[in-house]
Amino acid sequence: MSDFTFTIDGTEITAKEGQTIMDAADDAGIYVPRLCDHEGLRHQGGCRVCTVKADGRSVSACTQPAAPGLTVENETPHINKLRRDLVEMLFHEGNHLCPICEASGNCELQAMAYRLDMTAPTKFPYLEPCRPVDASHPDIALDTNRCISCGRCIRASQDVDGKGVFGYVGRGIHRHVAANGEDLSHTDAEVTDFAISSEVCPVGCIIRKRIGFATPIGEREFDKGLIGHKISAKRDD
Amino acid sequence: MAEPRLIEISPVTRVEGHGKVTIHLDADGRVDEARLHIVEFRGFERFIRGRLLWEVPVIVQRLCGICPVSHHLAAAKAMDMICGVDELPPTAEKMRRLMHYGQVMQSHVLHFFHLAAPDFLFGFGAPAEKRNIFEVIREQPELGRRAILMRKFGQDIIEATAGKKIHGTAAIPGGINRNLPIEKRDAFLKDIAEMEDWALDALKLARDYTLEHAELVGHFASFPSHYMSLVRPSDGALDLYHGNLRALASNGDTIFDQLPYDRYHEVLVEDVRSWSYMKFPFIEKLGPLTGWYRVGPLARMNTVDLIDTPRANAARDELMASDGDITQAVLANHWARMIEVLHCVEKIRELLHDPDLQGTDLKATGERREEGIGVIEAPRGNLIHHYQVDENDQVTYCNLIVSTTHNNEGMNRAVKDVAVQQLSGQPEITETMLNQVEVAIRAYDPCLSCATHALGQMPLQVELIDAAGTVIDSRVRDA
Repeated sequence: MSDFTFTIDGTEITAKEGQTIMDAADDAGIYVPRLCDHEGLRHQGGCRVCTVKADGRSVSACTQPAAPGLTVENETPHINKLRRDLVEMLFHEGNHLCPICEASGNCELQAMAYRLDMTAPTKFPYLEPCRPVDASHPDIALDTNRCISCGRCIRASQDVDGKGVFGYVGRGIHRHVAANGEDLSHTDAEVTDFAISSEVCPVGCIIRKRIGFATPIGEREFDKGLIGHKISAKRDD
Repeated sequence: MAEPRLIEISPVTRVEGHGKVTIHLDADGRVDEARLHIVEFRGFERFIRGRLLWEVPVIVQRLCGICPVSHHLAAAKAMDMICGVDELPPTAEKMRRLMHYGQVMQSHVLHFFHLAAPDFLFGFGAPAEKRNIFEVIREQPELGRRAILMRKFGQDIIEATAGKKIHGTAAIPGGINRNLPIEKRDAFLKDIAEMEDWALDALKLARDYTLEHAELVGHFASFPSHYMSLVRPSDGALDLYHGNLRALASNGDTIFDQLPYDRYHEVLVEDVRSWSYMKFPFIEKLGPLTGWYRVGPLARMNTVDLIDTPRANAARDELMASDGDITQAVLANHWARMIEVLHCVEKIRELLHDPDLQGTDLKATGERREEGIGVIEAPRGNLIHHYQVDENDQVTYCNLIVSTTHNNEGMNRAVKDVAVQQLSGQPEITETMLNQVEVAIRAYDPCLSCATHALGQMPLQVELIDAAGTVIDSRVRDA
C-alpha cells in the first residue's frame, strides 16, 4: 500500500504503510501526549495517556495502526480530561515530591501534568508507598516510590542493552519496577546502559548517582517548553 | 482566696513559625513560671535518613521558607566535606557567598520592617489593628516602599545565584551549578548604590531608636549571656559564610576560640525538656545552668573583632562603644541587624565587581568521607548541620542545631523577665502586656518551626485557667 492520508483534529496528514497513528502524527508535527512510549523502543500501549478517538473509538495512538480516511480526535477537552485523570492517578500512586526530586524540570510526568493543566491534587487517595531506595550499585540508584510502571527501562534493557536488568514485581496498583536480582549491585547494570540513560526513565526512579541538580533551573529540558514542543516544532517549520 | 492561674498566648505573632507562651501565676497573681513552647514537630532529622547525599541540600532547605538558603548552604558545606572537598573553586565559593549575603539582607529587612517595625514605630501599646506592615506603609509610604524593594533586591540576588527566590537548587556537593551572567551582574550594580543609601538610612533608624530609648532597651528583657558565632580564622572578623567557632562570656572572657566547627560536638551538648519540641543546647564545660548562650546579630557584634567592610565596621564600633547594657540588650538586635544589612550590601557590591563570578570552574571533587559538618551564620545566628553517609551515598545520621534552638534558653528567660515585669500582681491582662511578651520573643527573630511563616495578625487566644484546669476567663482575638 502506498502512502495514504487521514485526519487528526481536522488536519489532513500523510502516513506510510505500517505506521501507527502516533508515528504518523509525529512525522507531521502533531504531538500526541504519551508516557510509556519512547523513540527507539517498541510500542507498548500501557499508560493510555496517548488515548485518542479513531472514528469514535478510544484507542492508544502508539499501537493503533493508521488507516486511510481515519478521523482521529486528539486535543479535545474530553480526551484531555481523561488524560489528566490518568496522570493524576499516577501522581497519587507514587511519591512524586517534585520540590525535592532531582528529576524536576526534566520529568515527563511533571511536564505532562503542566501540559494537561493539572494544577492540584484532586479526587484520588494517596497510596504513599514506602519502599527503600536501592542504592547498592556504585553508580546507579533506584527509587521505585517514583516508578510509574511505564516499562521503558524493561524494554530498553532487554531489547537495546540485551541484559534484562529490570522487571516488574507486585500486582495491580502495587506493581512496580524492580532490579532483576537481589538488588542493583547483583545485576550487570552499568551506568552506560541505554536503560539507565536520562531519556529512558521518564521520572526520577532510575538515578544516575552524583549528578543530581547539576543542571541549573532554567536550563532543564522542560524549562525550554511544554512536553511535546520538539515534535510540534516540526510542524511550525 | 484567689486561685493560681495559667495564661496562654497562642500562637505568638509576627514571628516565623508557630509557638505559644504559657505564664503561670500563683494565688497572689505573681509570675511563677513562664515558658515559650514550640508546638510543631518536624522530623527532618529522621526522614532524611536513607536519602542520597546530593539530595540533602535541596530537601533540608524545606525546613524554612524564610531563610532556606541558610539550610541549603549549611547542608551543601557538610556534603562538600563528605565529598572530600575542603576548598571550593573560587567561582563556587563566591556564588554561594553572594547567595548568602542576598539571603541575610532580605531576611533582616523582612524582620526589621515587616515584623518588628510596627512595635517601635507605633509603640508596644498601639492598637492591635495598627501593628502590621500595612499600617507602616500607610503612615510612612517611603519607608514601606524601601522595605519592599530592599527585600526584593535580596530576593533577586538569591534567584540569580540559586535559580529561584525560594528553594533554589544551585549549591551542589563540591560546588555550584551556575555562575552569574554579566547582564545580571550589571542589573544589580545599577541598584547597589541606592541599596547602600537605604541600608544606611535603615541603620540610622535602628540606631536612633535604640539610643533615644536607651533606658527601655537597656532593661527590656535584657540580661547578660554568653555569645557564640563563627569568626574568620585569620583575624576574628565577621564572616557569615565560613569560619571557626568562638564563644565569649558576657564580660568578654573567652570560653573557646577558633575552634574548627567540625568539633562543635566537643563543646556543645543538647538538653531536652518535656514541654517543648525544641532542644536546649549549652556549653558542656559550663553545664546546663550557666552554659546557655545566645546567637544572632547582636551576638555576632559581640564576638567578632571587626567587620571587613568599612561602613559596617564603623557602625559596629559605635554600637560596641555604647553603654554596656546595650551590647547585652535583646532589643539592640535591631541595631545589629541593620549593621549586618549594610555589611551584606557592601559585600554584594564587592563580589559583583569580582570577575570570578563569571568563571566556569564550578565544582571540585575529592576523596569520600563518611561524615560531614556544615556550619554557617544564618540571619538568626549560628546554624549547624551534621550528617553521616554510608558507602552507598545514603544518609544514616543527621543532627541539626538551628539558630532559634541556640537561643531557646535566652528566649525563655526573656519571656519570664517581661512576664514578671508586666504581669506580676496585675488584676487584669491587657493587650499591651501580652504584646510586650511577644516583643521580647520577636527581638530574637525566631523561626519557630524553621518552615512555616506567620505574618501579620494571627489569631490570639488567652485563657485564664485555675489550678484545677477550669477556664475562668478568656479573650480571643480573631485573625
